[in-house]
Amino acid sequence: MLLGTIWMALREIRKNAMRSILTMLGVVIGVGAVVTLVTVGDGATASVTASISALGNNVLMVMPGSDRRPGSSGATGDPLEIADAGAIREIAGLLAVAPTASKQLLAVYGNKSWRTTVSGVTTDYLPARGYAVEKGRNLTTGEVTAGRAVCLIGATVARELFGSGDPLGAAVRLGRVSCTIIGVLGSKGAGMMGNDNDDLILLPIKAFQRRIAGNTNVAMIFVAVAEGRSTSSIKQQIEGLMRERRRIGRGAPDDFNVRDMQEIIETVSTTNKMMTALLGAVAAVSLLVGGIGIMNIMLVSVTERTREIGIRLAVGALGRDVLLQFLIEAITLSTLGGALGVILGMGGAYAITQALKMPFLVSPNMIVLAFAFSAFVGVLFGYLPARKAAHLDPIEALRHE
Amino acid sequence: MSQAAAAPWFELQGITKVYGQGESEVRALDGIDLLIEQGELVAVMGASGSGKSTCMNIIGCLDTPTAGRYLFHGADVGGLDRDQRALIRRHFIGFVFQGFNLLPRTSAVENVELPLVYRRVEAEERRVRALSALKAVGLDGREKHTPSELSGGQQQRVAIARALVSEPSLLLADEPTGNLDSSRTKEIMELLVQLNQERGLTIVMITHEPELANYVKRRIVFKDGRIVEDRPVRSS
Ligand SMILES: Nc1ncnc2c1ncn2[C@@H]1O[C@H](COP(=O)(O)OP(=O)(O)OP(=O)(O)O)[C@@H](O)[C@H]1O
Ligand SMILES: [Mg+2]
Repeated sequence: MLLGTIWMALREIRKNAMRSILTMLGVVIGVGAVVTLVTVGDGATASVTASISALGNNVLMVMPGSDRRPGSSGATGDPLEIADAGAIREIAGLLAVAPTASKQLLAVYGNKSWRTTVSGVTTDYLPARGYAVEKGRNLTTGEVTAGRAVCLIGATVARELFGSGDPLGAAVRLGRVSCTIIGVLGSKGAGMMGNDNDDLILLPIKAFQRRIAGNTNVAMIFVAVAEGRSTSSIKQQIEGLMRERRRIGRGAPDDFNVRDMQEIIETVSTTNKMMTALLGAVAAVSLLVGGIGIMNIMLVSVTERTREIGIRLAVGALGRDVLLQFLIEAITLSTLGGALGVILGMGGAYAITQALKMPFLVSPNMIVLAFAFSAFVGVLFGYLPARKAAHLDPIEALRHE
Repeated sequence: MSQAAAAPWFELQGITKVYGQGESEVRALDGIDLLIEQGELVAVMGASGSGKSTCMNIIGCLDTPTAGRYLFHGADVGGLDRDQRALIRRHFIGFVFQGFNLLPRTSAVENVELPLVYRRVEAEERRVRALSALKAVGLDGREKHTPSELSGGQQQRVAIARALVSEPSLLLADEPTGNLDSSRTKEIMELLVQLNQERGLTIVMITHEPELANYVKRRIVFKDGRIVEDRPVRSS
């Protein structure tokens, strides 16, 4: 009986194809918008999380200055020193402690040049940042302590300066320094802001300070925490240690800050979730409007089909048979709209995620939810018209012109 | 069946139906007493507006009287609710309406199937029974046509097939042959007489054609909402 009623509803919908499509449009757009927004939002969260994770999940960053907002220099404290890194290394449970300082420079090789980020680092930099050497070798401790003019280059720099040629052993000029390339790093791809993680040149920090920067400043210390250690407790220890080393009095604010990547990931994903929820709410409103459209058309349909209802009642339909018929018609309409919306929304989300180079993640939960919600819209807004139909008086309905 | 024949199929006691109020009041039925037994074939006649259709709607549990008692198989219909009356229609009564009342844009065979849908008959059996009912009224070959593609007489026969398909025990037909030529009329009347005799189908038929009285055993004449004549007909 139920199947028969659904079948009947589908035929009724087809008889009024144009009107049915227009009626469904509200739900189609509503569901489509929800699906697109949620899918794109999920993709954005995943891609940001992935690129932050690429820095290493268990990485802390120690920076001078008290401002906690990423990307802003804020009030600057005294710069860090290499000795700070040495002191931090004494803390138990660390994998790597990598002090670093950087500068944008033109790298020149033969008749080619390429503007890139040149960083002074130690041997710990590669493990702390998750880089691996693809060709050649890492810096040695000897080279780092001596501040030798040797360097590692990223995949992008290798491509720009050497094309398909072999960079190993070649000398690039960085400002006034000539550096021998001892290794090429494996590619890490694009970062979270679309920045290129492979566009870099690394050389011993002493060499960088002496020959490029002209000072002994350290801009940042990356601290990789061992698996299973709590980053927040390590963070507290570093903060204590740094306050002591920088002689910050009791109650005075830090003039440095320690950032926890885990925290940043959480902040980013909660922000994204909030955006998604907000946009979802907007989309839900449009679904509501779609539901009202369905109610409107169902009311018109009940009036138009008054005689039909009279005939059905006359041959023995109960009020609830008629109620069910119209309710199922409304639900079928809204669910069909929901299905179309899911298809369109998925298509839209696919196009957007592809264009923005984000992962396209299909969430089955959300699809089920979208269906359930559109069916619910059908029930909610179909009930009133269906009840009106079910309560018609058979004789009056039969007389209706 | 002999037991059922003893009990009156239905009985109207002082049935009155009033439409409107005050100045515009219309007494469509004014105290109808009528007793019909199982297996009767009754013709109802009378001038236009004399209350025939109104009376038939009350007998068919479609409409409720303003006053009076209606006993259906001994049960007082006045005490039944909407759904219970619908169930009586579903299981006992077949209607042929004055205006046919077929579902528009719906094929003949689907129109005929409709009462079976609400009797929860399986789709396949429904189709078989609907097709044989259409055949019985001489409409085989037209089953896919919608009402707008059928002539008035053909629509009327679809309506008759729809009334008969559920094998009701009471057939209420409002001018079932009004749009048919004399040979079709003869066919339909012979079908009704046959169903009446073979299956004991009780038939109440409104008609304006006096010659149809030849087929029936009892004739009732309405005038201004009253029964003015009710007598057996000697079959010729
Ligand atoms: N819904 C209604 N509202 C007001 N008056 C009505 C209504 N239905 C019927 N009537 C009146 O009741 C009277 C009887 O109508 P009814 O339809 O029973 O006549 P009838 O005998 O079937 O006539 P006909 O042979 O033309 O079909 C008529 O005067 C009609 O105007
Ligand atoms: Mg009439």
